[in-house]
Amino acid sequence: MRYLPHTETDIRQMLETIGVTEIDELFSGIPEPCRLQAPLDLPPALSESESMTILRALAEQNAKVSEWDCFLGGGAYNHFVPAVVDHLVSRSEFYTAYTPYQPEISQGTLQAIFEFQTMICQLTGMDVANASMYDGASACAEAVLLALRVGRKRNKVLLSEALPPQYRETIATYCRYLEVELIEVPQQDGVTDQAELAALLDDQVAAVAVGYPNYFGQIEDLQALAAAAHAAGAKLISAVAEPMALGMFKAPGELGADVVVGEGQSFGIPLSFGGPGIGFFAVKQKDMRALPGRLVGETVDLDGKRGFVLTLATREQHIRREKATSNICSNQGMCTLMVGIFLALHGKQGLRKLAELNYAKAAYAKQQIAALDGFELAFDGETFNEFVVTCKESVADLQQRLEKEGILPGISLIKDYPELGNGLLICVTEQNSREQIDRLVSALAGGEA
Amino acid sequence: MSRTDSRGLVLDEKLLFESTSEGRVGYSLPQCDVPEVTPDSKLLRDEIADFPELSEVDVVRHYTRLSTWNYGVDSGFYPLGSCTMKYNPKVNEQAARLPGFAELHPQAPEHLSQGALQLMYMLQRDLAEVSGFDAITLQPAAGAQGEFAGMLMIRAWHEAQGNKRNKVIIPDTAHGTNPATASLCGFEVIPVATDGVLSKTAIEAVMSDEVAALMVTNPNTLGLFESDIREICDLIHERGGLVYADGANLNALMGISRPGDIGIDVMHFNLHKTFSTPHGGGGPGAGPVGVVEKLLPFMPTPIVVKEGDRYKLEYDLKQSIGRVKGFAGHFGILVRAYSYILSMGGEGLKRATEMAVLNANYIRARLEGEYDLPHKQRSLHEVVFSEAALENDCHTLDVAKRLIDYGFHPPTIYFPLVVRGALMIEPTETESKQNLDEFCDALLAIADEAKKQPELLKQAPVRAKVKRLDEATAARKPKLRWVRE
Repeated sequence: MRYLPHTETDIRQMLETIGVTEIDELFSGIPEPCRLQAPLDLPPALSESESMTILRALAEQNAKVSEWDCFLGGGAYNHFVPAVVDHLVSRSEFYTAYTPYQPEISQGTLQAIFEFQTMICQLTGMDVANASMYDGASACAEAVLLALRVGRKRNKVLLSEALPPQYRETIATYCRYLEVELIEVPQQDGVTDQAELAALLDDQVAAVAVGYPNYFGQIEDLQALAAAAHAAGAKLISAVAEPMALGMFKAPGELGADVVVGEGQSFGIPLSFGGPGIGFFAVKQKDMRALPGRLVGETVDLDGKRGFVLTLATREQHIRREKATSNICSNQGMCTLMVGIFLALHGKQGLRKLAELNYAKAAYAKQQIAALDGFELAFDGETFNEFVVTCKESVADLQQRLEKEGILPGISLIKDYPELGNGLLICVTEQNSREQIDRLVSALAGGEA
Repeated sequence: MSRTDSRGLVLDEKLLFESTSEGRVGYSLPQCDVPEVTPDSKLLRDEIADFPELSEVDVVRHYTRLSTWNYGVDSGFYPLGSCTMKYNPKVNEQAARLPGFAELHPQAPEHLSQGALQLMYMLQRDLAEVSGFDAITLQPAAGAQGEFAGMLMIRAWHEAQGNKRNKVIIPDTAHGTNPATASLCGFEVIPVATDGVLSKTAIEAVMSDEVAALMVTNPNTLGLFESDIREICDLIHERGGLVYADGANLNALMGISRPGDIGIDVMHFNLHKTFSTPHGGGGPGAGPVGVVEKLLPFMPTPIVVKEGDRYKLEYDLKQSIGRVKGFAGHFGILVRAYSYILSMGGEGLKRATEMAVLNANYIRARLEGEYDLPHKQRSLHEVVFSEAALENDCHTLDVAKRLIDYGFHPPTIYFPLVVRGALMIEPTETESKQNLDEFCDALLAIADEAKKQPELLKQAPVRAKVKRLDEATAARKPKLRWVRE
C-alpha cells in the first residue's frame, strides 16, 4: 500500500524492539468479546487510476454550474474563483498543518487568520472577529447563544421570518434544550415587520436576528431594527448569507448591529454541494470575551519580534470544559485562507466593483422579469443579487420546463413560504451573462401562463 | 549531519494592510453587459478604509511566504496526539476538485445531483461497516458538532420515552469538547476519576436514574482500550442510560473492533483524523455520526436514502433533532474520505490500524527507559509520557520547543490532564521506521541535553521563524486585528 511505508524487515525489527513476536499481540489489551471476528465487508483496495475512474463517473452525473444557466442562490452563491486562490491554498504547508498550537512553526496560518479577522472587521464594520465558525447557519445559532449568555436572565429571541430558513432551523436545534423561547417576527413586503417587532419586544428579549440581505435578497432597514432592539435592551444580530453585498451596502456595524455573523462561501470557496463553507462572527469590543471559537492575537517573541498566537483560550472548551462559551474546537482554517486570498486580490476597488456588477445584473433581470405577463415581483424595496417573483404557473412545472432548456431558474419558496403562492427566489451574479439572463426571461415568457 | 544543522530561507513579510499601495489591483472582472445602475446612495457605504490594495503578484508572494513559516504533515513528522496527523493523499484533493463535485450547487434538483448523493450514500454504508452502527448522518461539520448532534439525539430519545434524565457521566480523561457539548445540550456533568481505564465500579457508583448517558472515548486519551467497556455499557443500559463514544481514536480500531458491536449507542467520526482528509490549518473537518437503530428516527436531517435505483435527501424524520448546520454536510470533505476508503479497501484500513499501533508501540519501547511512562498497560495508537523523569527543572513545554529545533512538530502537550506534563505522541501509520528512529533519537538527545545543557531546552526554539512568544501579554492586552497606528 503506497501510504504505508513499512517493509517486512522494518516490521520484524520493530516487533523485536517492542518485545513481541506478532502484530496481533499489540492488541492484547482488547478483550476477545470486543474483537471483530470477520474481515470488514468493504471492496478491495483500488489503484489511483481505478478509484479516480469511479469518482469521475460519480462527478459526471452532477450538474456543474458552468454548464448550466444557473440562477440558484439561497445561501450558496455561484461566484468566480480566481486561479490564484486554489493555487495558494494547495500549498501543503497550509493545508496539511493543524491548529496552530505551536506558534513558532505556525506563523503562516496565524498571520493569515489575523489578517482574515481584520478584513472581516473592516467588511462588517465591527471591532473584533473570530477565526471562523463552521458556516453561516451555525454561526447564527452561536450568535443567539452569545446573546443569551450576555443577556443573563433574558430568555426570548426574536427571529425574523425573512432570516434564511436553514438558519432558523439550526438555531432551533441549538436551543432545543436551553431555556429559551424562539419567536418568529413576520415579514411584511419582504422585510422584517417593524410594527410586529415593536409589539413583540419586551424586557425578556435577549436578541433580534435578521438577515442582511435577508433570504429574499432584500436590504433590511438595520438602523431602525437596531434602534428598536436597543430600546428594549436587546441585541441586534445581523446574519449575512451573501457577504458580497457588503462590498457596496452599508456595513451592519455602522447601522447598529451588535453581532454580525454570516457565510463566507461567496469569497473564493467552491459551491461543493453546500460545504465546506465558512461562518464568520464579529462583535463590538464589549463582547469580545463572550465570543465563541478561536481567536488569533498579536504579540512579540523573546527578541521583541512581532508574532501571532492563539489567545483568550480561557473562553474555550479545552480549558473551561462545561463552562466554555461554546463546544466548538476547530475553525475552518483552509476556508479562512480562501476568503483571505479572495479579499486580498479584489481589495478595496475590486470588491466594490464586483458587488456593483452583481447588483446591476440582478436589477436588469428583475426589471425584465417584472415586465412579463404571469410574473410579478413579490416585494418592493431594494435587493442585492437575489429577488422573489411570484408566478401564475406552478414553480415545479416552470422549473421542469426551463430545465429542458438548460436553465436552473431559481429556488421554489412553496415549502418555506406557502403564503407567497408560487414564489421563486432568483439569484443573478457576475457569472450570469446578459445572454443567459435574456434566455431566462424568454424561457419564462414561453410558458402557458 | 545533525538535524539541527539545516538552514532554510526565512523571509519576512508584512501584513497585507502594510504592503498596500493605493490604486493597485489584483483582480479582473468581466465588462458590465447590462445597464449600470446603483441603488439609493443612502444605502451605500463609503470605501472600506484600509482594505488591501495589492497586485496578483503581491498576493501570491505574500501567501507563499507565509506558507514557508508553517509546518505541515508534508513538511515532516507531526505526532500530535489525539489528532491523527496521517498523510493526506493527493488523489483525494484532486477528487474533491472534480468540476462535477466542486461546481455542484446544493439546491440543484435531486436528479441532477445523483452522483453526489450516491457518493454520500456509499460513504454512509462504508462508515457503518467500519463502526458497526445501523445508520450514519454525514451532516455535522466537525467532531464537536458530531458530539453535539449525538448528545441531542440521546436527549431526544429519552424525552420520547418519557424519561427525565439530565445528567451525563464523563471520565476525567475526556476531551474538553465532551463536557462543553453536554452542557450545550442542557445536561449536568458528573465527572468520574479514572486510573488509566474506567472501572465498572466507578461507573456504578455514580450511575442513577437521573443519568441520561455515559460519554466515553475508546481507546481513551491515554491510548488504552477501555477493557471493561462491554460490562460498563451493559450496566448503563440496564439502568436505562445510553452510551456515547467519542470517535477521535477510531484509527486504533479499524478492522479490529467495532464500537457498534460492543454496546456503544452513538459515536462521531472525525474524517480528518481516521479517514485522511487534511486538517487544513484548523479545519474544515467533518464529523459524521453513527447510531444504533433505535436512535435512527432522531437523526439530524437531511440524510441520504436510496429508493429503487435513485438516491434522495430525506428530510422527513418525524422525531429528528433538526439540522445542525446549513445544507447536507461538508461534502468536499466527504469526497476526500470516500476516495481514501476506495484506495485502502477493507484490508488496507485494517492494515493502517495495525501499522499505527505498531508505530506507537515502537516509540514507546524506544523511549520508555528515558521518559516516564505513568500508565504501563498495553497501549494502542498513541503513548503518553509524563515530565517526571526530566532533570534540571526542564518541563514538557521545553521538550516540545526543543523538538522544533530538531525539525519535528511536537506532540500534544499537557493533555490528557490526568498525566502531569503529558507528552502525548501519536505517530499514525504513515511514518516509516526511519522517521520514527530519527524522532526517538531526537527525544533521547533532548533528555540528555536536559541533564547536561538544560539552557538548550529553556531557550528553544532558536531555529524557527520566531522565538517563544509572549502569550501572557497577548491575552492580557488582546490585539485581535490590525488598525492603522
